[in-house]
Amino acid sequence: MRIDWIDKLRRLLQTLAFCLAISAVQYAFQPEQSYGMPLAYSLCIGTLGWAFIDMGRHLFPSSAETGWPTGWRGIALPAGGIALGFTLGSLLADAWTGHSTWNSAHLRVSLGITLLAGAACTYWFYTRGKSAWLEARMAEVHGQATEARLRLLETQLEPHMLFNTLANLRVLVATDPARAQHMLDRLIAYLRATLAASRSVEHPLADEFARLADYLELMAVRMGPRLAYAFDLPEALQGALVPPLLLQPLVENAIRHGLEPQVAGGRIDVQARLLEGGTRVQLSVHDTGAGLGAAPAPHGTRFGLQQVRERLATLYGTAGTLELIADSAGGTSAIAIFPLKTHAHSPDRRG
Amino acid sequence: MPTALIAEDEPLLAAALQHELAQAWPELAIAATVGDGLGAVQQALALRPDVLFFDIRMPGQSGLEAAAELADAWPAGVPFPALVFVTAYDQYAVQAFEAEAVDYLLKPVQAARLQKTVQKLRLALTQPAQAAIEPGANLETTLHQLRALLAAPGLGGTMAVAAAPPRLEVIQASLGTQIHMVPVADVVYVEAADKYLRVLTAAQEYLIRMPLKDLMAQLDPAQFWQVHRGTVVRASAIATATRDEAGRLHLQLRGRPERLAVSRVYAHRFKAM
Repeated sequence: MRIDWIDKLRRLLQTLAFCLAISAVQYAFQPEQSYGMPLAYSLCIGTLGWAFIDMGRHLFPSSAETGWPTGWRGIALPAGGIALGFTLGSLLADAWTGHSTWNSAHLRVSLGITLLAGAACTYWFYTRGKSAWLEARMAEVHGQATEARLRLLETQLEPHMLFNTLANLRVLVATDPARAQHMLDRLIAYLRATLAASRSVEHPLADEFARLADYLELMAVRMGPRLAYAFDLPEALQGALVPPLLLQPLVENAIRHGLEPQVAGGRIDVQARLLEGGTRVQLSVHDTGAGLGAAPAPHGTRFGLQQVRERLATLYGTAGTLELIADSAGGTSAIAIFPLKTHAHSPDRRG
Repeated sequence: MPTALIAEDEPLLAAALQHELAQAWPELAIAATVGDGLGAVQQALALRPDVLFFDIRMPGQSGLEAAAELADAWPAGVPFPALVFVTAYDQYAVQAFEAEAVDYLLKPVQAARLQKTVQKLRLALTQPAQAAIEPGANLETTLHQLRALLAAPGLGGTMAVAAAPPRLEVIQASLGTQIHMVPVADVVYVEAADKYLRVLTAAQEYLIRMPLKDLMAQLDPAQFWQVHRGTVVRASAIATATRDEAGRLHLQLRGRPERLAVSRVYAHRFKAM
């Protein structure tokens, strides 16, 4: 382990300050004695005790959380450090002041103070280390969460898609204003849903399909006859709750890596099914595209899939799964399965 | 009268570009509009237009790959067309275009920006004197630019975001029921074949399922040279490079009987010291 000397110096200064405080308290209780005596003992015992404990920490395997040894070693180290610090510190202070600790009534007082002060000091440093570690962890986790949200938004608001859509709109405004308006409405609904998705936890499957329809219709304007699509949502599943835009990355992958590379384009089918037993939902996105082997690698795909997997895992644990299956005919199916959850008592907060 | 070819997979955008060009450059005749990267090469070879407008993201192959293939197949003695790339959004692409001074347009295409491009193209087309003296000059410049673009991160090259993967020592290839450990040093060349890569040593041929780009990222570029879109050769396994009457380069290998064609884009590597 590397030793942080700045941190050590800080702890030494804190220890010295603590020793001064103890000797001041002692002096306050026994003003008839000189201040030098308790000060000398306090400084010698305190500094040596601190040195033994704080340096001794590095001889044992320490936990990452606090920087302290774990188990019995965690108790033995301060106990040993305090004993050694007391013995050697007292001898040192004896030599310094010409006094003797060992045969006087001072022994008990001195030992008592050392034990109390040592325990308090050790506890103080221990909790400081732990809270510093916890703070660092929290900052780290917070940073990761923010980054994940940002990346999610970035994939959903993919600039390439956005600018191409705007380019199409620009054409339609001049040639077919009614269609331009319709396309703009779809874009607005899509953008609204994308921004809202990062805030809400789940929405009904009917809404999910409506948002996918917005997206696919935008893509259909752009791709023309190269894109065909169909939805299949059974009546019974319309109210089933799903994480918002869960299927979006799957549909996007089907277009980007399945249909787009193919000159002839293809077809996308989005389907919802209630699995046997009626407790689990299966959502599938099937495309007749280029297939998995054709263009693996683009890192966008992996992020899209990973993101769907992570969201399923967060919400459903191991009960939520995502599978990618290569069709024998060349296309790809993405199949998500998770427990059925319907509107129980949650009010409809849409609108 | 100058002619142009538009390669753009989105029908509305193709029509719009054609419309905008009619305003900005009335004399320009659009020879054809194609919707994919394969048709772009075929039509360009058949029609030999003066200007090419290539979308970057296209089905079949990208505009960049199409341009490289076209440059490779372009007949000698005919001036290579002026090339303009069109892209919706691609920060890597735009950086690369700027760096290589390649003409490009951003979608949605703005009239003012198109006007600038048209002016440049007009100027280039009205200087045929230079092209007559040196018919290959334009092609050479284009080859140089394409080479740089193909190696640019996010375009043809590996993603800049991914840290360089470690160098591969052995390639693990399954053959029947066995996994063969093929030392990279034994590989003579690698060839892309549909969804697979053919890995050829002096004695054996293996198939691995991996994109060529991914494998290349793990090979030492000083040892393994790309000589064609789908071919990577170990430099020390090359015996000779021969130029035929049509000016095409072919490689003779040590340890393998095959002759490998070298794409014009990569032909610059084969010069005497």
